[in-house]
Amino acid sequence: MDHSSPAGRIFRGIALALVLVFFMFPIVWILLMSFQTNEQILRIPPRILFEPTLANYEALISGQLKTAAGNLQISFMRNLMNSFLLSSASVILALLLGVPAAYAFARFKFRLGETIAFTLLSFRFAPPLLVLLPLSLYYQQLGLNDTYFGIVWVYQLIALPLILWIVRGYFEDISPDIEHAYRLAGHSWREAFTRIAVPLAGPGIAAAGLLSFIFCWNNFVFALILASADKQPVTVGALAFVTASGIQYGQIAAAIVLSVTPTLLLALYAQRYLVEGLSLGAVKG
Amino acid sequence: MSMAQLVETEAAPRRAKRWSGRLLPYLLSLPALLVCIAILVPFVTAAVYSLQRYRLNLPYLRGFIGVDNYIDFLSDPAFWNTLRISLVYTAVTVIAELLLGLGIALLLRRPTRFHNAVSIMLLLPLMTAPAIAALMWKLMTNPSFGILSYLVGLLGAPDFKWASDPSTALFTVVLVDVWVYTPFIMILLLAGLRSLPRQPFEAAALDGVPASFVFFRITLPMLAPYIITASLFRLLDSIQQFDIVYAMTQGGPGDRLMVFQVQAYLEFFQYTNVGRSAALLMILWLITNILSNIFIKNWLRLRERAHGHA
Repeated sequence: MDHSSPAGRIFRGIALALVLVFFMFPIVWILLMSFQTNEQILRIPPRILFEPTLANYEALISGQLKTAAGNLQISFMRNLMNSFLLSSASVILALLLGVPAAYAFARFKFRLGETIAFTLLSFRFAPPLLVLLPLSLYYQQLGLNDTYFGIVWVYQLIALPLILWIVRGYFEDISPDIEHAYRLAGHSWREAFTRIAVPLAGPGIAAAGLLSFIFCWNNFVFALILASADKQPVTVGALAFVTASGIQYGQIAAAIVLSVTPTLLLALYAQRYLVEGLSLGAVKG
Repeated sequence: MSMAQLVETEAAPRRAKRWSGRLLPYLLSLPALLVCIAILVPFVTAAVYSLQRYRLNLPYLRGFIGVDNYIDFLSDPAFWNTLRISLVYTAVTVIAELLLGLGIALLLRRPTRFHNAVSIMLLLPLMTAPAIAALMWKLMTNPSFGILSYLVGLLGAPDFKWASDPSTALFTVVLVDVWVYTPFIMILLLAGLRSLPRQPFEAAALDGVPASFVFFRITLPMLAPYIITASLFRLLDSIQQFDIVYAMTQGGPGDRLMVFQVQAYLEFFQYTNVGRSAALLMILWLITNILSNIFIKNWLRLRERAHGHA
């Protein structure tokens, strides 16, 4: 049923090659740039072969940027730490809050549950600034502005709906009969939940957790509005770094590589879960 | 111990259990409810702000002015520019990503090891933070050393200025959007394609039906729910695009890329005009709300079906 004529096969081969070049080239090119000195980067024509240097990474990790104008302090490692801290804390909190709620939504059909699920789903598509801008004014009054707690709380707006909807789908797929049988054997609902339901929904929980970690990590606008320099994650930090360092292109490339490596490694490691989770369970089967 | 006492001591915990059992779902969903409130309160606040004259730098002027903020938009060319550029941006990105994503999904349709490896590699742009992706493309389109500037120079366009030229800024930002989000559509459509029943295709192959007929009369109609879901998903995200535009050009050059959320952001932080910013966002919300209602209905139907099959 596929085009198996030689011409068709050649066409498909070329098309696939172009697709791979378009989508992979930027990542490869920035990776190469991160191992070049500024002089090497500015060379025309650009060269694929060069003597690699680790100076860009050393500068970022030590936080000392030697420029012609003198030493420049950079806090990029701090941004990286912030990203790890904010994303992990947000996902852990969202899992603790979201998995039991997803279970409740799946097992007990109740009005409030449906209303919450739909409110969260419809606000998944609302403009984030609509919530964020007034929230930033509230945060200033409450003293939550520029606190890790405040940012983690706002990240729940990303992580919690994702976890609720994905995990709920997985709970719904598990037959309640197993839990009923376990309950009849004299176990409490809590035991049925932790020993039966959660392990069975494990893959879904993993998918939801990974995906929300990546989404929290990749988020830009929340921290742009709510965090000052010392609490900013890499997404905002990298942009500030570009403005501050100006023409240190090698370091910018290295900063980009460090910013995307954790999520890309996670994505490669967990690609099976991701593909399932990405469609929010829409095309599960 | 009398009989009555015995009955009572047994009944009490059971009653307590039933009571807590009924309360349980509400207890469990309490955190989700809190998040809902945390969303709804600022939302209502924004709606109220949009009806006020509210400037952070002129607090004493603050007051209720009805729908004046909205009426002002009607005669404001900046608003119409924002609406136009947001719609153009959305239409161009969604159409480009849909065509490209469908094409790639069709290329990768057979689940060979190589095809699966390619589809995994295509996950990488999607998992790159859009703001960081914008920085990557900024480095590649830098006029003095950017590889893409160099390549278009070789092709005879040495003065191609990418995002800093008003005539090519939209193209450049759309390119980044396409790079990041096409894999999303590809993944959904690939999952859709691979889940289609085989019989119609086998029957068509037996009858010697031409490939174009198979594509337009069998593949596309059967894939339609997936296509609609994927495009609505992208439509909703794209009309609210902020990260890529802001990281790339901050809405510039001039007001060339002043999409809704970037305009609202600048209105809030640069001009400290909270009322106007809120009104802009309410209009955007109205547009997305209509779209998302259609989307949610469609998506739930698809979800039901996927569950039915499972």
